[in-house]
Amino acid sequence: MKKIILIVCLLLIGFSAEAQKKKKNSKVAIEVDGVCMMCKKRIEKAALNSKGVKFASWDLKTHQLSLIIDENKTDTKIIQQNIAAVGHDTKGIRAKDHVYNQIDPCCKYRDKKIVDAHDKVEN
Amino acid sequence: MKRITVVTIFLFLPLFLFSQETLTGMIMDKNNPKDNLGVFGANVFWLNTSVGATTDEKGWFQIPYQKNYRKLVVSYVGYKTDTLVITDLEPIHHFITLENELEEVTLKSKKKATQRSFIQTQNVFTVNSDELLKAACCNLAESFETNPSIDVNFSDALTGTRQIQMLGLKSPYLLITQENIPSIRGAAQVFGLTFTPGTWVESIQITKGAGSVINGYESISGQINAELVKPLTDKRFFLNAYGSLGGRLELNTHFNHKISDKWQTGVYIHGDYRGEKFDRNKDGFLDNPLTNQINVMNRWQYLDLEKGWVSFINVRYMNDSKQTGENNFNPNLDRGQTNIWGGEIDTKRFESSLKLGYVFPELPFQSFGFQFAYSNHEQDSYFGLKTYDIKHQSMYSNLLFNSIIGDTRNKFTTGLNFTYDAYNEFVNLINFSRNENSFGGFFEYAYDNLDNFSLTAGMRVDTHNLLGTFVTPRLHLRFVPWEKGVLRASIGQGRKSANIFAENQQLFASSRQIDVQSYGGKIYGLDPEVAWNYGVSFLQGFNLFNKKGDVSLDFYRTHFQNQVVVDWENAQRISFYNLEGDSYANSFQTEINYFINDYLNLRLAYKYYDIQTDYTSGKLSKPLTPNHRFFANISYETKQLKLNNQWKFDMTFNLIGEQRLPNTSMNPLQYQLEDYSKSYSLFNLQVTKVFSKKFELYAGGENLTNLKQKNPILAADNPFGANFDTTIIYAPIFGRMLYSGLRFKID
Repeated sequence: MKKIILIVCLLLIGFSAEAQKKKKNSKVAIEVDGVCMMCKKRIEKAALNSKGVKFASWDLKTHQLSLIIDENKTDTKIIQQNIAAVGHDTKGIRAKDHVYNQIDPCCKYRDKKIVDAHDKVEN
Repeated sequence: MKRITVVTIFLFLPLFLFSQETLTGMIMDKNNPKDNLGVFGANVFWLNTSVGATTDEKGWFQIPYQKNYRKLVVSYVGYKTDTLVITDLEPIHHFITLENELEEVTLKSKKKATQRSFIQTQNVFTVNSDELLKAACCNLAESFETNPSIDVNFSDALTGTRQIQMLGLKSPYLLITQENIPSIRGAAQVFGLTFTPGTWVESIQITKGAGSVINGYESISGQINAELVKPLTDKRFFLNAYGSLGGRLELNTHFNHKISDKWQTGVYIHGDYRGEKFDRNKDGFLDNPLTNQINVMNRWQYLDLEKGWVSFINVRYMNDSKQTGENNFNPNLDRGQTNIWGGEIDTKRFESSLKLGYVFPELPFQSFGFQFAYSNHEQDSYFGLKTYDIKHQSMYSNLLFNSIIGDTRNKFTTGLNFTYDAYNEFVNLINFSRNENSFGGFFEYAYDNLDNFSLTAGMRVDTHNLLGTFVTPRLHLRFVPWEKGVLRASIGQGRKSANIFAENQQLFASSRQIDVQSYGGKIYGLDPEVAWNYGVSFLQGFNLFNKKGDVSLDFYRTHFQNQVVVDWENAQRISFYNLEGDSYANSFQTEINYFINDYLNLRLAYKYYDIQTDYTSGKLSKPLTPNHRFFANISYETKQLKLNNQWKFDMTFNLIGEQRLPNTSMNPLQYQLEDYSKSYSLFNLQVTKVFSKKFELYAGGENLTNLKQKNPILAADNPFGANFDTTIIYAPIFGRMLYSGLRFKID
C-alpha cells in the first residue's frame, strides 16, 4: 500500500514538474478564421512577427494554424492577440471591427457570401 | 464581335459607406482567385450613360452614383461583359470570367512549361519536362535549344558535340550539378552533357550569376542543376524511340517499381546508335561521327515521412564510342598511318551516389543532409597521330545542416564538404597526372521579411592542395518595389583549376602545336582561375489584354582576376597562359514571355555580349562568339480532347550575329578565313500528336532552312599537313535534320 502511494506521489511530482517546465519547442495549434491565400499570408506573418514564434503554417481547409513556439517567451494568448490585431478572429479573441474592416474585401471571412464565393471557385 | 452576356451575380459587403454619392467596388479575375488580384484597367460604367470609371492597379474603382442609375456594366478585353444590378451603395466585389470559357469547365491552373521565379532570392529559371519535350532532345546538351539563357554552340567539326555557354562563358565556368551533386566537371567537361539522356531529366534549374556556396566554389557565371526522374513519381513504364534522317537512332526505356511502402526502384536504359556515314558537304570527312552509346542507371528511393527519412541511391554505367575523320577511315587498318585521317573516342563512366536526408519530425524547419558521390571516368582517344587519354576518379561528400535563427524568417544552412580528384592524363604519351583534394566549410544565411525583401548571404572557406586556402563570398538580394516587379542583385566569387586539355579537346583534331606557357603554377604550370561575377536583373509580370506575360532585363559582368587564356590567334598553335591584363564578359539579355491565349505562348529574347581578353597579341573579343543574338519561340497546342488527345506545335527561331574568327592570316592564302563570319538564322519546328495518356508521336526538323558552314575543315585536302584545322566552327555542318519518334507510357 505504502509503495503504491509512493509511486502515485512520484508520478504526480513527475506530472507537475512536467507541467511546470516550459518547452523551448512547443507545438501548438490554434484555430484562426480566414478564407484565402492572402489571409494565410497575413496570419502567418502576424504569427511570425510575434516574439517567440519559430514556425507558423496556416491551413486553408482546416483553418488550423500550426505553430512552434518557445514557451519561455510567449504563449498562445499573445499570439492570438497579435493575429486579432491584423484582423483575424481566433477562438476567444475576436478582432476589433475597425481592424477587420480594413482587411481586403476578398478576405472578409465573416461574410458568408464571400466564403461561399471562395468555396465555389475552389471546387 | 462583342457579345454581351448579362450575368447578375454580385456580392454585397457589410461595409460602412464611404460616401453618399459614389459607389466603390473591386473587380477581380475569376481565373486567379487565390491571389485575389484585382483587375487593372477594367471599364465600369452605368448603362445608357456616359458616366464611367476604370479600375486602379488593385482592381478598385469609384464611380459617381445617382438614384436613377440601376445597371452597372463591367467590361474588360478578353473577358465577358457583365451587367450588375445595383440597389444600394454598398461596395461591390465582383469576379469577371474569360470570354471563351464555358460555364461547366472546371478551372485548372495550367503549370507553365518554364518558370521564372518571383519568389526566390536568386535569379532562377526552371525548365520542366513539358519544355524539355519541345525539342526532341536526345541528351542534356541539346535540351537547352528552346531556352534563351543558354547558348548551344558546336565545339568542332568532327565530334558533333554541342557546347553550352551562359553569360558568354563556356560550360567549364558553370557549375553543373545532378540533383545538387557536382557532376559534369573535370574529364567529363566537354562530352559530359551528352552523357545524360534527355528523357532522364525531370526538370532543370538555371541560376544566373554567382550561385549558392553550398555546392562548392567552382561556379563562376552560373549553375545548372538537372533533377532526374524519380522512381516514385516517374511513369511505371516509359518508352521513347527516336530516329533521324541523319542516321541516328535512340531508344529509352524506364521501368519503375514499388518494392514496399517505403522503397521504390527504377531502371533506366538508354541506347544511341549512329552507323550510317554522311558527307553532305563533300569534304571527304564525316559530317557526324559514328556513335554507339549504352547508358544504364538504377535508382533506389526511400521515403519515410513519419520518421522524416529520405534517401536516394544511384548507380550508373555508361559506355560511349565515337569514330570520326575521313569517310573511308578504317580504325583497324588506318590507325597510326598517314594515308587516311581518322580518330576514335571511347569513354567509359561509372558513377554512384548516395543521398540521405533527415527532417526532424517535431521541427519541420530543421534537417540534416548527407551526399556522397563517386565516379570513374575513362576516356581513351586518338585524333590522327595525336593521342589523348584521361582517367578521372572523383569523390565528393557534403554534410549539411539546415535550421533557423529565432524563427523561419531567418534560415541558415551550414556544412562541410570534401572533394578528391585523381587525374591520370596523357597527352601524346606525356604524363600530366595530378591529384587534387579540397576540404571546406560553408555557412549560408537567408532572410525573408515575408513581404518584399529577401537576401541570401553565403561564405565558404576551402583549403585545396593546389589552389591554396581561400574564402568564397556570395550575396544575393531580392526586392519587390511594386506589384509583380522583382529586382535582384548578386555578387560572388568563384575559382577553379583549368583542365586545359579536357576542356579544349577539339584542339587535338588540328595540326596546331600545343604551347603551355608555364610560370611555375601548380596546375599544368598555370595558376587557378579566379573571377568575380556581379549582376542585376529586373522582372516585371504584366497583364496585357488580360493575358499574362512577363518581361525581364538582365545585366551580368564577369571579371577575371586570373584566367587561363586559351589563345587560338596563331593558326599554327594553341597557347595557354595566365592572364596578364584585363579579361571580362559582359552580358545583357532582355526577354518577353507572353501567353497570347491559353494555347498560344510567345517568347522573344535579345542578347548582347561584350567579351574581351588581353591576349599576347593585344585585346581581342572572344572568337566564335556572336555579339548579338535574337531568339523567338512560339508554342501552340490545341485544346485537350478526351484522353488528352491534342496537337502541339513548337517553333524556334535563332538569329546569330556575326562572329569574330580566329586569326588565320599566317596560313597560305587558300587556308585563310575572313575576319568575321556572316550572320545567319536557324529555324526548328516540332509537331507532337498526343493520342492518349499513353501514346504520342512526334516529328520535327532542325535547321529547316538547311544552313551549312562552307568548308568547316581547313585543309581537309591535306589532314596531315601543317594547316589542318577542324576547330573553327561557327554554324551547323550537317544542314537540315529531320526526325520523328514516339513515346509510350503506362502509369
